Amino acid sequence: METVIGLFNYWIVIVLMMAGFYIVIAQENMIKKMVGLSIFQVAVFVFYISMSNVFGGTAPIAAEGFTLYSNPLPHVLILTAIVVGVATTALGLALIVRIKEEFGTIEDDRIRDMEEHGEESEA
Amino acid sequence: MIAANLPILHVIIPLIGAPLGLMFRRSPAGAWLLALIISWVTLADSLALLLIVSGGEAVSYEIGNWAAPWGIEYRVDMLAAYVIVIVSGIGAVTMLYARQSVEAEIPRDRIYLFYTMYLLTLSGLLGIATTGDTFNLFVFLEISSLSTYVMVSLGAERRALTAAFRYLVLGTVGATFYVIGVGLMYQMTGTLNMADLVDRLPEVAETRTILAAVAFLTVGIGLKLGLFPVHVWLPNAYTYAPSVVTAFLAATATKVAVYVLVRIYYTLFKGGVFETLPVDEILLALSIVAIIAMSAVAIFQTNVKRLLAYSSVAQIGYMLIGISLVTITGLTAGILHLFNHALMKGALFLALGCVFFRIRSVNVDDMAGLAKVMPWTMAAFVTGGLSLIGIPLTVGFVSKWYLILASLEKEWWLLAAAILFSSLLAVIYMWRVIEVAYFRERPAGAAAIGEAPLAMLVPMWMLVGANVYFGIDTDLTVGTARAAAELLMGG
Repeated sequence: METVIGLFNYWIVIVLMMAGFYIVIAQENMIKKMVGLSIFQVAVFVFYISMSNVFGGTAPIAAEGFTLYSNPLPHVLILTAIVVGVATTALGLALIVRIKEEFGTIEDDRIRDMEEHGEESEA
Repeated sequence: MIAANLPILHVIIPLIGAPLGLMFRRSPAGAWLLALIISWVTLADSLALLLIVSGGEAVSYEIGNWAAPWGIEYRVDMLAAYVIVIVSGIGAVTMLYARQSVEAEIPRDRIYLFYTMYLLTLSGLLGIATTGDTFNLFVFLEISSLSTYVMVSLGAERRALTAAFRYLVLGTVGATFYVIGVGLMYQMTGTLNMADLVDRLPEVAETRTILAAVAFLTVGIGLKLGLFPVHVWLPNAYTYAPSVVTAFLAATATKVAVYVLVRIYYTLFKGGVFETLPVDEILLALSIVAIIAMSAVAIFQTNVKRLLAYSSVAQIGYMLIGISLVTITGLTAGILHLFNHALMKGALFLALGCVFFRIRSVNVDDMAGLAKVMPWTMAAFVTGGLSLIGIPLTVGFVSKWYLILASLEKEWWLLAAAILFSSLLAVIYMWRVIEVAYFRERPAGAAAIGEAPLAMLVPMWMLVGANVYFGIDTDLTVGTARAAAELLMGG
C-alpha cells in the first residue's frame, strides 16, 4: 500500500513518461510525435517538482511564522526546462509546417516512402 | 580584468554576437564578418585558457559572483580547455572558409540567420565544455542542439527538413534522459555542482537511484554523440545539411558529447561507475560493432557525404574504445582522437564543400576525373583520407598507434586486430572515391570547371596542414591528452 499511495506522484511520472515515449516511437504523424515528446518532458517536470516537496513545508516564500519550506531550486530548474521545452516544441512545429509545404503530408511513413522512391528515380 | 574573466568570455562573446547577427539582414557579408571576428576572438581566448591551465591547475569562475554550490560555477581544467580549443579552432577555420560556400548553398535572405545560428551553436558547445554545473550543461546542450537543428534544416534539399525533424525528436529524447539522470543524482546528493557531486557520489554510488541515473545519462549522451545503435539521426543530418554545417558539426558536436561522457564517468564518478555497472564492457562491445559494421556500410554509399557520415559513427567508436579501456593509455588515445578526428573530418568535409561548390553534387559517380580539374581540392581529400585510414605522418596514425598500444597493454589482441581490420575497410571506402576522381576520365560534355576559389582552398589546406603537422610533431596533442588523462585517472 505504501509503495502505491505513498509514491503516488512517482507512479504518475512513470505512466506519463512511458505514454509520451510510446507515442514518440509508435505514431507516424509528426504532430502526434511532438505531443508525445511534450508529455514525455512534462513527466520529467513533475518528477523534479515532486522531489522538491518537503513534508509539511510551505511554498518557498519568506514570511513570518513559517520556517519549513519546500526546496525552491528544482522549481527554478524546471522553469528553465519548461522554456527549453517550449522552444523545442515551437521549432518542431515550425519544421512540420515546412515539411507539409514540401512533401504535402506529415505522416512519417509516407514521407519515408517518398524519400526512398525519390532515391530510386535518381539512380 | 580580462584575465579574470577569461573562463567566461569565450561563451559570452558568441552568445552576445548571435542577436547582433540579426542586424545584418541585408548584408550577408557583414554577418559573415561578424561571425568570423567572433570566432577568432573566441579562439584567442581559448588558447589563452589552455596556456593558463596547462600547468595543471584548473581555473574557476563564479557567475554573477555567487559562490560555487549556490551559484553556477564555470570550471576549466586541462580536458575542458583542450575541448574548447578544438571547438573554437574548428569554428575559426570553417568561418574563414564559409563565405562563398554559404552564399552558394543557402538562399541570400536567410544567410544572416545561418550565422546567428552558428554563433549560438558555438556558444552552446563551448558552454558545455566550460560549465561546472550539471543542469547548466543541459541548458547549453539544448542551446547548441536547437540551433543545430535549424542549421541542418537550412540544407538545399527538402530531405534536410525531415533529417532535422528526426534529429530534433531523438536529440530531445536524449537531452530529456540526461535531465532525468541529473534529477536522480540531485535526489541522492542535493547538489548540481560537479565538484560537490564528486565528493558526495561515492557514498551513494551503490544505490539503485544512482545506478538508474548512470543508465539514463549514458543513453541520453549516447543519443547525442551518435553511439552505435542510436546513431540513426546522424547520417541523414550530415548528408543534407549545408557543407559548412556538416564540416563544423562533424568536427565539434559529437566530440563535445564524448567529452560530457568522459566527464560523467571519470570526473563525477572517478571511474567507480565501471565497478558498479558494466558500462565499459557495453560501450566496448557496441564500439567494436560500430567500427566494423559502420565502416562496412560506408563502403556501399554512393553519396560521399553520407559515406563520411557513416565513417564518423565508426570513428566515434574508436574514441569510445579508448574511453572504455579504463587505462591511462586508453583514455589518452580516446582524448587524442577527439582532436585528431576533428582535424581529419573537418578537412574531408571542407574538401567535399569545395567539390559541391563546383559540381553541385557529392555523388561518387559525378566526381569522375575531378582530380584533373580540381587538383588541390582532391589532394586535400586524399591527405584527409590517408589520415582517416591511419597512414604514418598523419594524425590518424598517431591516434591508432595509441589505441593499439592501449589494447596491447591489456593483451587484448583481438581488439587490436579489430582496429586494424576496420582501418582496412577505411582503405576500401576512401579508395572508391579516390579511384573515381583520379583514374576515370571526365565524362564527355561535362561542364568546364576550375579549381575552387582561393578563399576556400586556404582554410581547407590549413586543416590538411594541421593533419600532417600534428602527425609529425605530437608533443602538444599527445602531451595535453596524456596530462588530461592522468588528471582524470589519478584525481
